[in-house]
Amino acid sequence: MNAVNSYVGQPVERIEDLRLLRGRGQYVDDLHFDGMLHAAILRSSIPHGRLLSIDTTAAKALPGVVAVITAADLGHQVPSIPLRLAPLIDLVPYEQPAIATGKVRYVGEPMAVVVATTAAIAEDALDLLDYEIEALPANVDTKTAAANQSLLFEPMGTNNTLTYTAVLGDADSAFAAADPAETVIIREQLTTQRHTAATMECRGVLATWDAATQHLAVYGAAKVPFQSRGMLSQMIGLPESQIDLIEGDVGGGFGMRGEFYPEDFLIPFAARHVGAPVKWIEDRREHLLTCNHAREFDADLELLCRRDGQIIAVRGHINGNIGAYIRANATIAPRNVAQFLSGPYAIPNIRLTSSMLVTNKTPTGTYRGPGRFEGDYFRERLLDIAATELGIDQVTFRRKNLHRAVDMPCQLATIDPVHKEEELDNGDYQSTLDRCLAEFNWTEKAPLAGQKIDGRQHGVAVACFIEGGAAGPRENARMTLDPDGKVSVYVGSTIVGQGLETVLVQIAADSLEIPMEQINIFHGSTTYLHEGFGSYHSRSTVMGGSAIHLAAEELKARIKAAAALRLNCSADQVSLEGATARSPTGAIAWAELAGEKLASAGSFANHHHTYAYGAHAVHIALDPGTGQIDIVDYVAVEDVGRIVNPQTLKGQVIGGVVQGLGGTFLEHLVYDREGQLLTGSFADYLLPTATDFPTIRAFTSEEYPSPINPIGAKGAGEGGVISVGGIIANAIASATGVQPKHLPFSPSNVWELLNPTVDEGR
Amino acid sequence: MKLPKFDYASPATVAEAVALLAGHDTAKIISGGQSLMPVLAFRMAYPSLLIDLRRIPDLERIDISETCLTIGARVRWCDIEDDHRLTTAHPLLAAAIPHVAHHQIRKRGTVGGSLCHADPAAEMPGLAVACDATLTLAGPSGVRTVNAADFFLGPLTTALASDEILTHVTLPAWPASRRWGFQEFSRRRGDFAIAGVAAFYDPDGHGLAGNAHIGVIGVNDRPRRLPQAEAALNGTAADAEAITATAAVAAAEVDPPEDIHGTARYRRALLATLIERALTTAATA
Amino acid sequence: MKVSLTVNGKPAAFDVEPRATLADSLRHDLRLTGTHIGCAHGVCGACTVLVNGDPVRSCLILAVQTEGASVTTVEGLSHDDHLTPLQASFRKHFALQCGFCTPGILTTAHALLTAEPYASEERIRDVLSGNICRCTGYIPIIEAILDARGAYQTQSAAA
Repeated sequence: MNAVNSYVGQPVERIEDLRLLRGRGQYVDDLHFDGMLHAAILRSSIPHGRLLSIDTTAAKALPGVVAVITAADLGHQVPSIPLRLAPLIDLVPYEQPAIATGKVRYVGEPMAVVVATTAAIAEDALDLLDYEIEALPANVDTKTAAANQSLLFEPMGTNNTLTYTAVLGDADSAFAAADPAETVIIREQLTTQRHTAATMECRGVLATWDAATQHLAVYGAAKVPFQSRGMLSQMIGLPESQIDLIEGDVGGGFGMRGEFYPEDFLIPFAARHVGAPVKWIEDRREHLLTCNHAREFDADLELLCRRDGQIIAVRGHINGNIGAYIRANATIAPRNVAQFLSGPYAIPNIRLTSSMLVTNKTPTGTYRGPGRFEGDYFRERLLDIAATELGIDQVTFRRKNLHRAVDMPCQLATIDPVHKEEELDNGDYQSTLDRCLAEFNWTEKAPLAGQKIDGRQHGVAVACFIEGGAAGPRENARMTLDPDGKVSVYVGSTIVGQGLETVLVQIAADSLEIPMEQINIFHGSTTYLHEGFGSYHSRSTVMGGSAIHLAAEELKARIKAAAALRLNCSADQVSLEGATARSPTGAIAWAELAGEKLASAGSFANHHHTYAYGAHAVHIALDPGTGQIDIVDYVAVEDVGRIVNPQTLKGQVIGGVVQGLGGTFLEHLVYDREGQLLTGSFADYLLPTATDFPTIRAFTSEEYPSPINPIGAKGAGEGGVISVGGIIANAIASATGVQPKHLPFSPSNVWELLNPTVDEGR
Repeated sequence: MKLPKFDYASPATVAEAVALLAGHDTAKIISGGQSLMPVLAFRMAYPSLLIDLRRIPDLERIDISETCLTIGARVRWCDIEDDHRLTTAHPLLAAAIPHVAHHQIRKRGTVGGSLCHADPAAEMPGLAVACDATLTLAGPSGVRTVNAADFFLGPLTTALASDEILTHVTLPAWPASRRWGFQEFSRRRGDFAIAGVAAFYDPDGHGLAGNAHIGVIGVNDRPRRLPQAEAALNGTAADAEAITATAAVAAAEVDPPEDIHGTARYRRALLATLIERALTTAATA
Repeated sequence: MKVSLTVNGKPAAFDVEPRATLADSLRHDLRLTGTHIGCAHGVCGACTVLVNGDPVRSCLILAVQTEGASVTTVEGLSHDDHLTPLQASFRKHFALQCGFCTPGILTTAHALLTAEPYASEERIRDVLSGNICRCTGYIPIIEAILDARGAYQTQSAAA
């Protein structure tokens, strides 16, 4: 990067805000097409069964209903949704069909699509659809599923679809050789509960089919439009060149939105089927029921450490409650929970197995910090339990075990399949811990632990984390010099509300050495580039930003070359001052070169993840009479390599912490024994509000830039959430001496923990 | 979650509204709509006709006399919050109403709507029972009054006939010397109570508690007073020991539900905590 | 049914079924898509508009109930191409990310500060507890509203 501009590093106000603050955003439900029809989805109300018949007669007769689509209309084979990430052949049999056929496997599974003149009529028609399902026993928890008494996929003979193994060193030998006089083993069964991203905007798909050009345009795309286009092309039997996925404004993603769902096939199919634009907008009840769920793991883990606190090994088994099908990125969390369980700590021997069990619940996918929130909860719990057992202070214990800057890069556990190795890049984990403790004022707060003040029990805890980001393989950008002298930037990165337009224009402006106002940015849609890779795993500042940087370098070179011809000099005699090209004897404005149709492209490839890192500290006050826990203070510290926009970054950290607190205290997708979701609305699925967590302080730094990209940035969209579950659990232990094992920490759960029944004992 | 089809009428008088109710089997009254609209959005009811009370005059008044406080069915929560007379005329009501839902809901939701909806965790039904309110109902054969204790029959179930409209609720006047406390516990600000207490007593000449009223929400299938707990408090000095004993009686007297927000065991313990806190406030404020 | 009302200061009309909510009617009949529907059951606050000055959930109001009413949506908060002081404060404090909840928060905050230009932080938090945001964690939103009070205080002093 250069010194002429310095947008990068500045808290530049967001470009997006100008339209969003005025209600001029264009979310998918804001789009209108003449002759547009509306779809509603008939969903199974039974968690597991054989779908025997659907009677569409009455529904089709309702005035305003244009079509009712079932599996029969899809041709001889209902397509399945392919795996996008980690596509193992073993998992293909568990892929979700675009519409239920033969069996239904979760409440909410699509069985039919109604298309009508209004959304209300489409929903009226749902009430008129009759169906017959022969119920089968439902698997709700992993223990039942693992018993294989009621199989979701009979030909497979098992509900245990795949087991990952994460290995470093030799854990079994380490445990076998452990001398009880010199070491201690901590063994715990811990669980994290099912919850979900719950974006403010529900999903939506609007598909238009142009029969004349045989072209399908699908609006409402997000996250990975090019990959979704590839999947849709495969499923619907149209070449990719005849399909476009268009990204508009997106009301949050957090990893959930933009993966391929059944509706992403069904609505385009419907549009072709009826020959009219078809819009489907998910309602909140559907959203909680059918969007990718996440986070439901149970673990049985052992930690081996020396009596002086040095960790020797960790081993154990984790079960993932995956839901009824393996969706596009369902493997990520189960893989991560094992591979990244060690986090920033030097654990030399690791052997963790992580099994993906299908159950009769909504399928799962990634949600911010997938597998990392869960793994960190398990690990931080083990650390504090070990520290307590050994009489070592929780900070000292962590300091003793954090990786040292001089030891990096260093290996993490290798995960099989497919023998994927990972290494931590660079960083000083002790220094973010130091900063966190200082900002939090640990020395003053720590003595409050265990004290009862004004009727409330006080506790403190600290946690350290890493955040992986910048997933490859690459990202593409192109630039054009437009007739008005402005530069249009097209990039494959996608937006979900994270302020990416602003961040990328900051980078583009610094790279091009022109003001931000001179740049227009276009992102995400398949119409802009030949190939793009999207936003996930906190990759876009690094990947999109670096691709833009490279495209900018090339554009400047082309401008210099074109200017040289006009100014009758050599290209290396041309210097650029803002949007003017100067030679020793003359100058020409970029706008005057517009007729040359100057353009450039940049592609940035990356096969190494970046690791932002940091520490959190928390002070809680627990009311034993109600089980309510208040956050008295929460400090989050993170080093992100290079800060492009400190305010949007801070927004990510604080937003992430609050999501983590929601997942720790409030949010729980509860199923009953029969496989029915009980938390089907915002009255029961509780999100944090403005009064719940008012005291969170975030600090960021850029001490250790990433060595693998020209910006030096590390992905940093997920760090805020990762430590939260573990740190709160440890704070509760600090406050009460009781060891929590199971999320969430609702008031009732906390009270029950502190008041075990006689037969539970403690 | 589009609403099911229904017809709509907005009559100008109570008599017209009653006639419409009597003439349609599945008609429903809509007042503020803050409870009814979500029911319709989830298609948990399919009324053929909604009868809107918005044009009917004289249902929006709060009248305070020496003997009683009369609240019209269409009085909104924000009207109660903004009526400064209530700080002295009925401080318990004034303290409880800000706990109802959220600011925007309180701009539309009405007293009558909440009473007729009868959610077991709602504040207004709890207050009505705690304060021995009477509800005035208008039907085809005229007007009748029902005691709050007899009005709430179970979750979302009241003694209101299908052709009756609640026109107002009357609370007895509030003596200046009364001691009271209100405590509610919910997951977040504005959520339905997991448990709630509206309690008061009148000290006698010796400073001992008398006429104790302890109304509770969220811990039974309907709002209730707790006569055994009240008996435990009456005649005591309402000191810490008496309050703890009262709370223990109350916890045993209720039959709390078990749901995703709390076990029955927890609710009992929570109720005991809330009663202790409410009565401590009452005794020491 | 035909409904006549005022929207953002101008006469407007709906011709809708009784079951149409105000939220849907504003969005689809008047194409004022700034008001967003986050839950359709009255919890999230994204659909908040002002009806006769009161911030209310437009998903819980039938269009037919708004005969003669004066409705203000997010589009009606500013009258030209400039951001209002409240909107500018939101931008300054990075009080929005995806923007979906923002219109409902702006209308709520505008109504609150118009009525209570000296509202305390606690009061602001309490009123805003009826609006759910999934992105920001609320802290910058509260800061933005606190910072915007000055403009409303000046306005109310001048009135």
